[in-house]
Amino acid sequence: MTEAVRRTLPVIVVVVGLLVVWYAAAILGDLPQARDLATPGAAPTTLVRMALALERPLVPAPHQVAAALIAGLVQPLNSPRSLIYHAAVTASSAIVGFALAFVLGIALAIGIVNVRIFDRSIMPWIIASQTVPALAVAPMVVVVLGNAGLTGLVPKALIAAWLSFFPIVTSMVAGLRSPERIQLDLLRTYSAGGWDVFARLRWPASMAFLFPGMKIAASLAVVGAIVAELPTGAQAGLGARLLGASYYGQTLQLWAALAMASLLAVAAVAAADAARAVLVRARGGRL
Amino acid sequence: MTDPPALAPVAVVAKGLSLTFGSGAEATRALEGVDLTILRGEFVSLIGPSGCGKTTLLRAIADLERPTGGTLLVNGMTAELARKQRAYGYVFQAPALYPWRNVERNVMLPLEIMGVPRAERRDLARRNLQLVGLTEVARRFPWQLSGGMQQRVSIARALSFSPSLLLMDEPFGALDEITRDGLNLHLHELWRSTGMTIVFVTHSIPEAVYLSTRIVVMSPQPGRIVDVIDCDLDPQRPLEIRDTAAFSAIGSRVRRALHSGASHD
Repeated sequence: MTEAVRRTLPVIVVVVGLLVVWYAAAILGDLPQARDLATPGAAPTTLVRMALALERPLVPAPHQVAAALIAGLVQPLNSPRSLIYHAAVTASSAIVGFALAFVLGIALAIGIVNVRIFDRSIMPWIIASQTVPALAVAPMVVVVLGNAGLTGLVPKALIAAWLSFFPIVTSMVAGLRSPERIQLDLLRTYSAGGWDVFARLRWPASMAFLFPGMKIAASLAVVGAIVAELPTGAQAGLGARLLGASYYGQTLQLWAALAMASLLAVAAVAAADAARAVLVRARGGRL
Repeated sequence: MTDPPALAPVAVVAKGLSLTFGSGAEATRALEGVDLTILRGEFVSLIGPSGCGKTTLLRAIADLERPTGGTLLVNGMTAELARKQRAYGYVFQAPALYPWRNVERNVMLPLEIMGVPRAERRDLARRNLQLVGLTEVARRFPWQLSGGMQQRVSIARALSFSPSLLLMDEPFGALDEITRDGLNLHLHELWRSTGMTIVFVTHSIPEAVYLSTRIVVMSPQPGRIVDVIDCDLDPQRPLEIRDTAAFSAIGSRVRRALHSGASHD
């Protein structure tokens, strides 16, 4: 087997396996509805064909989801049916939320590593914050901020940041604490000050830890932005699209929005990977 | 960077030095009653089995450990003050290179911290890499080098700011014998040409005899000095000097001192 085949074969096997299971589930799930609609005594093949082409299937088949996704993508951008438009709305709050989480998370991590009282007093709250389900907090945040006159992007970005900052704080704390004794001793022999220890050792050493955390944070920012759109009565965004589709039983639209959301999360993770690649190149091929 | 003639003729003085880790029943007496004077320009090796306190003594000179008793002066001042004046370069057992810096920037690290201007930094890094024969890998990263090359980079880094005192903690312990021979020859020439004071921790008798002007033999539990042996071999030292009778005679004395130290227990 050539290298290319060896690499792609497992992927193909998994994808084909998933498609088989998915089609089986679609047929099983949608046959009853097809039987209701069909003329009595219809052939089984007709029933299956109908089950895979329902307008509001219980379990949409892969090709139906793909068609709905493509239909959403080719809409004019100003149309409320355009998935690109909805994705852009979600992405904007995800990006602002992630940026907020990034700055706040790194600042908190630096505080936690440098100030012992910070470590004792803030870390438990940071962990506690993540045990509160975002879905429960989101409406409160929206209502409280709405009363303060903040609507639109800000509350959604804050909820995205809420989910996103935790992996950044934890990975950065681990990274800033990662230098070994010998590396610290070395700086001590130069009588290096606190700033040098931070800027020349702790910060560069933390990068190898930051990026895995950043990947998780990037996908969580997308999740947070979608969750934030659910209780806000938002008219736009993938969350709003999901909620609307689910409300009206538009399963194809629901699944297309889901597929778009996962594409957005994939793009977010790819962006984090691209940022990592830039640093890896600057460091001669290793982080 | 410092002006050599202005310094005291004595590089290191220890009187009744002791250092205990922990307390109570858990206490480890790493050093006890250590008296040692190292003159400027000497090459002194500290040799002994593990646990004899040779690394602890070196770390105390570097102010990386605090003695619990006695006095210790480095360049005529306390070890702490000497460290703050950047009186010494230190070479650790492991190269301790920063993996995100290329070779040249690793050598420049102490110079950056000491505020040496950029152009001069590059110049000094080049010169010291040349000294250890590594000019051609200046742009490589540590993980692209062999263990021996990495350790040479760490020596160049320690030399970069021209300290008058070089402290080396088993720098070649992890290397194969052939690499080690080459580095010993190199280090000896470096010491002869610079007139630096070098304190060198090792557990290899031939290495100590080959490099040193004096060999300090230490023994564990508690860590102490059992003998100080003068090593007055010809200053010209090709590696073949190790096959001479004079070399073996000194080696035997060191070995006997090590055994007498061990039989104390």
